[in-house]
Amino acid sequence: MAKRIDVTDLDVFYGSFKAVEGVTFSVEPRSVTALIGPSGCGKSTVLRTLNRMHEVIPGAYAEGTVLLDGEDIYGADIDPVNVRRTIGMVFQRPNPFPTMSIKENVLAGLKLDGKKRPKSELEGIVEKSLRGANLWEEVKDRLDRPGAGLSGGQQQRLCIARAIAVEPQVLLMDEPCSALDPISTLAIEDLIEELKERFTIVIVTHNMQQAARVSETTAFFNLAGVGKPGKLVEIASTEMMFSNPTQQATEDYISGRFG
Amino acid sequence: MADLTRREHDESEALLHEALAGGHLPRWSALGVAAASVAVAFLLNLTTGVDGVAGTAVVAMLVFLVGQTAWSFVVEGRRHAIDRLATTFVYATFVIAVVPLIAVLGTVVVKGAEVISVEFLTTSMRYATPTSEGGGIYHALIGTLEQVGIAALFGVPLGILTAIYLVEYAPSMRTRRLAHSISFFVDVMTGVPSVVVGLFVYTAFVLTLGLERSGIAASIALTILMLPVVVRSTEEMLRIVPRELREASYALGIPKWRTILKIVLPTAMSGIITGAMLAIARVAGETAPLLLTTFISQSINTNPFKGPQAALPTFIWDQFTNGTDVSVNRAWGAALVLIVLVMVLYATAKLISRFTGVKSS
Repeated sequence: MAKRIDVTDLDVFYGSFKAVEGVTFSVEPRSVTALIGPSGCGKSTVLRTLNRMHEVIPGAYAEGTVLLDGEDIYGADIDPVNVRRTIGMVFQRPNPFPTMSIKENVLAGLKLDGKKRPKSELEGIVEKSLRGANLWEEVKDRLDRPGAGLSGGQQQRLCIARAIAVEPQVLLMDEPCSALDPISTLAIEDLIEELKERFTIVIVTHNMQQAARVSETTAFFNLAGVGKPGKLVEIASTEMMFSNPTQQATEDYISGRFG
Repeated sequence: MADLTRREHDESEALLHEALAGGHLPRWSALGVAAASVAVAFLLNLTTGVDGVAGTAVVAMLVFLVGQTAWSFVVEGRRHAIDRLATTFVYATFVIAVVPLIAVLGTVVVKGAEVISVEFLTTSMRYATPTSEGGGIYHALIGTLEQVGIAALFGVPLGILTAIYLVEYAPSMRTRRLAHSISFFVDVMTGVPSVVVGLFVYTAFVLTLGLERSGIAASIALTILMLPVVVRSTEEMLRIVPRELREASYALGIPKWRTILKIVLPTAMSGIITGAMLAIARVAGETAPLLLTTFISQSINTNPFKGPQAALPTFIWDQFTNGTDVSVNRAWGAALVLIVLVMVLYATAKLISRFTGVKSS
């Protein structure tokens, strides 16, 4: 199921602006890797290049290689739509589809990929995905109600259920808790703990305690200066990063001296 | 000693209350000033050159403005005076805007209701003359329904697809300049007078291509008139669909065309339907292009591809120019039917959009 990711010499551009430069790192399967760093350092940009979501923004392109279990996802004959089916994504703000019920939201990725599936199979996937997102008990009696009627934390778990319903290999999370209160954040963090048994997870977060709590590996990104591209400063096991970082910039950031 | 401090205490409390509460006009002030201004205007009407209903009303309004503002300024202070002045202006503009609307609607309903009967709705003008009673709008009703229906059949999908191209496809392709010029021409087209469009269809389709003067020629003209309105409104609606929804869909591995069809369009649907209905309602009342493309007919013609066809707007114009009492009454009846038709269309669209659009919890 879960797959590893190897990023080599990745540069990302928005038009003529180079946003990220020379990023190289690996993500182990069935682990949580946290990307931390100050705002605008390109960590979300790097995350988006892992499933080619940056291509949605006009003028954005990437150079370098991103390998998924050895397969280059930027290869000439690779279809980005298939890449995104394999590498799912959860966004900063909960974004359930407002025209759909809770059930339809969960099934959106399966219903809209063009393949027909028997109804009984879909029913099973709804329950499995919602249970997987720790939401089943809260919504099982109102699956036909609009997804937008849930609370913020429930909506975010609905979005996670929607993302895991298509059975991806990797789950990318772009600050999934920054719009949520501490209780909902805890619920999501518990969920991440469970999800890493099945998926490879890469999470961008502004919250260093969160990175320390949920991740095995932490990567610290920083800007070389104003108007300069973001860089990967260092990547190591989370324990190492928070107790004994090798770079001064990392220590300054983690101890709150800047950023 | 104790008495003195108590009095001081009371005084300072009164001062504080005064400072926080400020002066107030009595509750009846607005009504009172209004009544007084009308009285003053009426007096001026009798004694001086102020004349007529409109003149008296304007004078009363001015007296009200000056009187209320001055009184408020003295009692309540500058801020409240300005507030009352602005409030009065807002209310006044509202009334000025609404009065003609209600007057038009009221006149049409009152005059039209007298004429409307089963016979009026089910007979044509084939055997009626400008001076004879009887006759009806059946032929015109058929014409309008067919012409506007065909125009909507072409115009709405074409307009929605154009807007989808402009919003969803143009920015990410190397056709940005093309998109800008399309946008520009759509704006220009909104302002083109309908008679010009009628002339264009007449010269291009009737004179040059040899199309018969018929319902379909009228439909082409109406389609052209409708397009920019549909494009504009759909474009606005698509633009306010959050980018996050599109990204959420892409991230699930849903292809772009399906994202547009199943996520973006349904989210924007109620606004798109409203815009399309406004466009249809707008062209349903067009007269000039119909006169140039299908002209007038007094008989039933259900075939939009052959021969002149009547329509409600041209029927109204035709009956009005006859000038006799019966004819003008028939024009009022047709006007009422036209308004009801637009209202029914609009209500239907609202109903449809309630069941298709964004779900509320």
